Amino acid sequence: MKRILILFAHPKFEQSRANRMLVNKIQGDSTLTFHDLYERYPHFHIDVNFEKELLLEHDVVIWHHPLYWYSCPPLMKQWIDMVLEYGWAYGPGGDALQSKKCLQVITTGGTKKVYCSEGKNVYSVNQFLRPFEQTARLCGMQYLPPYAVMGTHSLSEIELESHADQYLQIIDCLKNGQPVANLSECVFQDDIPQFNSNTLS
Amino acid sequence: MTGSILFEAIVFLAGAVICVPLAKRFGLSSVLGYLIAGIVIGPFLLGFVGEEGENIMHFAEFGVVMMLFLIGLEIEPKNFWQMRKTIVGMGGAQVGGTMLVSFLLFQLFDFDWTVSLTFSMAVALSSTAITLQSLKENGQFNTTYGASSFSILLFQDIIVILMLGMLPLLADTDSNTVTDDHGTASSLLDNLPMGFQTLAIVASVIIVVLAGRYLFVPMLRGVANTRVRELLTASALLIVLGIAFLMEMVGLSPALGAFLGGVVLANSEFKHELESTLEPFKDLLLGLFFMAVGASINFIVISENPVMVTSLVIGVIALKAIVLYAVAVIFKLKMDQRLLLTVGLAQIGEFAFVLLSFAFQIKILDKVQLDLMSVVTAITMTLTPVLAIVNERFILPHFGTKAIDDRPMDEIGEANKVILVGFGHFGSTVGRFLRAYGVEPTILDFDSNRVDLLRKMGFKVYYGDATRLDLLKSAGIENADILISAVDSPEITFNLVKGVKKYYPNVKLMVRAKNRYDAYELLDLGVENIYRESLDTSVKMASDVLAQMGFRRYTISRQAEIFKTQDEESMRRLAALPNDGESYIFKAREEMAQQEKLLEEDLKRGQITNDNHWDSEQMRMIIE
Repeated sequence: MKRILILFAHPKFEQSRANRMLVNKIQGDSTLTFHDLYERYPHFHIDVNFEKELLLEHDVVIWHHPLYWYSCPPLMKQWIDMVLEYGWAYGPGGDALQSKKCLQVITTGGTKKVYCSEGKNVYSVNQFLRPFEQTARLCGMQYLPPYAVMGTHSLSEIELESHADQYLQIIDCLKNGQPVANLSECVFQDDIPQFNSNTLS
Repeated sequence: MTGSILFEAIVFLAGAVICVPLAKRFGLSSVLGYLIAGIVIGPFLLGFVGEEGENIMHFAEFGVVMMLFLIGLEIEPKNFWQMRKTIVGMGGAQVGGTMLVSFLLFQLFDFDWTVSLTFSMAVALSSTAITLQSLKENGQFNTTYGASSFSILLFQDIIVILMLGMLPLLADTDSNTVTDDHGTASSLLDNLPMGFQTLAIVASVIIVVLAGRYLFVPMLRGVANTRVRELLTASALLIVLGIAFLMEMVGLSPALGAFLGGVVLANSEFKHELESTLEPFKDLLLGLFFMAVGASINFIVISENPVMVTSLVIGVIALKAIVLYAVAVIFKLKMDQRLLLTVGLAQIGEFAFVLLSFAFQIKILDKVQLDLMSVVTAITMTLTPVLAIVNERFILPHFGTKAIDDRPMDEIGEANKVILVGFGHFGSTVGRFLRAYGVEPTILDFDSNRVDLLRKMGFKVYYGDATRLDLLKSAGIENADILISAVDSPEITFNLVKGVKKYYPNVKLMVRAKNRYDAYELLDLGVENIYRESLDTSVKMASDVLAQMGFRRYTISRQAEIFKTQDEESMRRLAALPNDGESYIFKAREEMAQQEKLLEEDLKRGQITNDNHWDSEQMRMIIE
């Protein structure tokens, strides 16, 4: 069984309806490691060694956060800056994360219609997430097609619940080493460029 | 006119009180003021002071001893060891050069060779008292010039012992009666064989070093624990007097011994306390000494041989200056430093009086020669401050490099930029963090047990009461950028702040306050950076309580910052309100009123719910 680490970053989790639903669902699974970054590091002082050890103990890393201003909340970026060290995560001898899988799970207020060339945000979610995709790639990780819960403001409780179920299904797939692309009902933002390896396994 | 001790004291004190401020007013050094005062009250002008002038001089020489003790305190043993080459090199060159040239000159004037040698010894010596006093007064101690002067003077202090030892040998060739007079020499070891004398000297040096380590420091700690302030003064005097007595007993220079004692104690936590305790004694005694020198100028001798005296004075100063200039060139001093050194050490020093009168006692010199040379010595000493003024005003400006070379040649310890007062629970945390950052503050604390403990842990902590301005001064407040007050007692804090604000307004104050009421007073005193010990910790505690109750830590931490900022603002606002000036009897009531105002302000602001950042509910409402 693959070990899964969820790095969760939300500065105001207590007031996020969508994320509360998603997190409630997965927190029932004790085989997962749910790591709440804003709760652990309220002063942004990240314990780098602890984070590294955590990464080494897991096979799959999930970056779970809301999309703010087309990017992640600042503590998530701080985590990337501090933990993914040169010579450890990338660069010469930086192979600690080699061939781990990386999945980004995001929530957006805007709907899928807003995130396209005709919409007011012009670009797709994938295009906004390119920096993260390349970050994972530079660290030798397999970046999976991101899973996005979009238009959260207008989603009903039932719709949210079904998203949460899908999240659980994805995690199950990852746990058992099955390809997530097989989950036909999930809304993956799949336009990841194919390079040396098959990113969808 | 003379006789009673009281009258003499009044004469000397009045002379100082009148002449020194006058000299200062005309921009002259205090040394010159004292010397002039001495001349005025001396036997040839007002005649208030007569023959006893010499006794007073002998007594006042103790000021020089104290000064060297204090200088020793400034020099840590390892720095002293680094200076050894300069001391021997520059000092040796100066003494050797001056003696050689002046000996040849005196020979030219047909003096007996023993007299010539004695005179040349006297001429080679410079005045520690005058030079170091003006170095201190002008803040030139840490310049190349200062360090060079000090090195040369120290070498002279050492060499004068050899000179005094050699004089009887000169006398042997001259007269047979000397052996009878020999017993009158001051040292009690004179009758012992040479080898034993040397042994006694070495032993006494070792005694001073060991006593400094294992006797003085424990004694001072014991005294400090009694918290009786004057006992500390008494023990400081006891230490210096004890060393001086020991040195005189074995025939060493008391000044040199005191210097050694100072160096040994330089590393102790009592350094600053000793400095500020002895400073006033030293200053008074030195003033007395300078006045005695002025009073000793024998105008009868001058009027009898005006040409002789004038040419000797000019000749001696010129000769010393030339040799000093040559030494400065050899040791590659910069031009301005070179000139300062040349003028600064061109006088004959107070040791010459000792040397000459000893030579007279053992009949190397006759009365005329003694009087002549003593007068020359006193005049050159008097002229030094005058020459310094001439140099400073008319010569140095032409060399354009007046800027003080503040890189000390031999690392005489410089003051730290941050002074930390109070090293208790609060201050030690401040100090430890600064130290972890590579910032070593000068630490002052008045609990000697704590000081002792911390020193064992490798901290550099000094013992003393920081509300005393002289102590702050010796801790280097004049060069400090920041003074941190981490004192527990509000009264001491206020006194400290008032003193620093008044006398050192350029030093940035960062002050610990016990609570908001102390903070009000500090704001009133004009302190900008106030740190209430009760604020951060209590807010942190409340934050942790909220976190235990399940609130999100990041939100709490943001609110805590907002809360602290608002509390700070309301503190400044409430402090600005007029105080009804009622006495402290009503303090409790007043505090309740303050508390009420604070709570009111909190109410007006409302509960912390207006935090709309990242609020999806609001967005939902807008969308719907």
